[in-house]
Amino acid sequence: MTRRRTALTFWLFVGPFALGLLAFTYVPIVWSAYLSFFDARDTVTPTEFVGVANYLDVLTDRAFLDSIGTFTVFAAFIIPTTVALSLTLALLVNQIRVARAFFRSVYFLPFACSYVVASLVWKMSLFSGVDSGVANTVLGWFGGESQAWIGTVDPPLYWVVLITARLWLQLGFYMILFLAALQRIPEHLYEAAWIDGAAPGWQTFRHITLPGLRGALIAVLTLNLINAYQAFDEFYNILGDSRGYPPFARPPLVYLYYTSLGSGGQDLGRGSAGAIVLALVIALATLLSGRLLRRAN
Amino acid sequence: MRSVARWTAVAVTAVLFLLPFAVLLREGWSALGQVFDDRDVPFVLSLLNSTVVAVAQTVGQVVLCSLAGYGLARIPYRHAPKVLYAVVATLLVPAAVTFVPAFVVVSSLGWLSDLRGLVVPGLFSAVNVFLFRQYFLDFPVPLEEAGRLDGLSRWGVYWRVVVPNSTGPLAAIAVIDFIGSWNQFLWPLVIAQDSSTWTVQVALSSLLTAQNPRIPLLFAAAAVSLLPIVLVFVVLQRYLVRGVAETGLSGR
Repeated sequence: MTRRRTALTFWLFVGPFALGLLAFTYVPIVWSAYLSFFDARDTVTPTEFVGVANYLDVLTDRAFLDSIGTFTVFAAFIIPTTVALSLTLALLVNQIRVARAFFRSVYFLPFACSYVVASLVWKMSLFSGVDSGVANTVLGWFGGESQAWIGTVDPPLYWVVLITARLWLQLGFYMILFLAALQRIPEHLYEAAWIDGAAPGWQTFRHITLPGLRGALIAVLTLNLINAYQAFDEFYNILGDSRGYPPFARPPLVYLYYTSLGSGGQDLGRGSAGAIVLALVIALATLLSGRLLRRAN
Repeated sequence: MRSVARWTAVAVTAVLFLLPFAVLLREGWSALGQVFDDRDVPFVLSLLNSTVVAVAQTVGQVVLCSLAGYGLARIPYRHAPKVLYAVVATLLVPAAVTFVPAFVVVSSLGWLSDLRGLVVPGLFSAVNVFLFRQYFLDFPVPLEEAGRLDGLSRWGVYWRVVVPNSTGPLAAIAVIDFIGSWNQFLWPLVIAQDSSTWTVQVALSSLLTAQNPRIPLLFAAAAVSLLPIVLVFVVLQRYLVRGVAETGLSGR
């Protein structure tokens, strides 16, 4: 086949996708970078060049800095709990012999549920502030007082609601990743360890299971971080109501939504500047964590 | 003794995981009949919209991305590595960063409150292309060569040899795409500004954050919104689990 034929065939296969990627990923990013230097309120076409004013606005905006703080708190809660619990679930499911497929399906089922539906159940039933809410009923059994789970900043009990909702939705997904990795660890390694006199339990876990899970562990950590950063659905639906969104606990995506598209302002210049700053923050965080991970090994 | 503890842990966790579904049914049961004839909320229309969006997006993604993945894996074009690099580079850009700029593009195309605006931007999934490419790299070469000897073109080989022998991975990715598309919220919230284009998730959310939410109706509607997903889940679960285990990259 001639070189030109090959090129033509290649573009027939890849071209449609490449065009779409260009139009809906590359063009938007460039356009956004451009918009971030302009005043673009209530319009997607820039009107007046304002230099770095949008960037200064965003960086001095208390709400923006708070959103980074909210994300940090959220990530600090959700990442360790997800890793620990999904690994525990995988080990449990891997060890039981009867009805393994059944339990695996049960734990995995919430993955198919939407964040909106989960938010509804969490907000209106499990953690509703009334006495008959499930969480308050359970508290009552132990003699505890009913709590206004979502409506209180002090103590910040809304974190319990947000974290448990996400755990329920995503634990099964990460469990499957760990399960797949567990099943790839060759059985003879455990036999060899047993012959060498390693006690089953912590010793084999520490020296055989854990090293075998390294790839899965890195995947789960990375995916978790990316997904925590993208958090929007449950924050918006659990904390927001007809009056809007409370000033506390806005993750970056909720901040961007309200700044650039929501009822708060339609300020696309400023929203774009915020998006660019966040991209830089994430790039930096990724670089740093990559370096830390490498040093840890 | 240890196995008793293990079984208790497994059973208690299973009950906890099923509890939210039980709550959904208990609270919504009484209003299940009203879901389809309530006039205040375009719930039936939103179910239709969601179906159109999810089906179109799933089919479109699988076709476009598998073609691109195959081309990148198997066609010896000299600039292919550069194209692959350009695709993979977009994986490093979080969706949160592109959603404002993508909104700008879609609105200048005039696709706000238009099903095209909901479907088209989501068709070009770099993750899927990457996964398909990884899969096609391992596709047995002799099978393809047999097809070539029989006189098939590249297209012929792709359609008659590669696709029929790849139904498992194609199905796995299709199921994950369908669930992801059905459940997506932020993008439809931003694009479907008119209630005639609401997807079911947007409709539910607007009910949930409304002034006086009608709780039983809301729960019933949410339960109905789960039906297609539960169906897909039950019928295609083995593909789903295998797909997630083998790819591990999708989901949120």
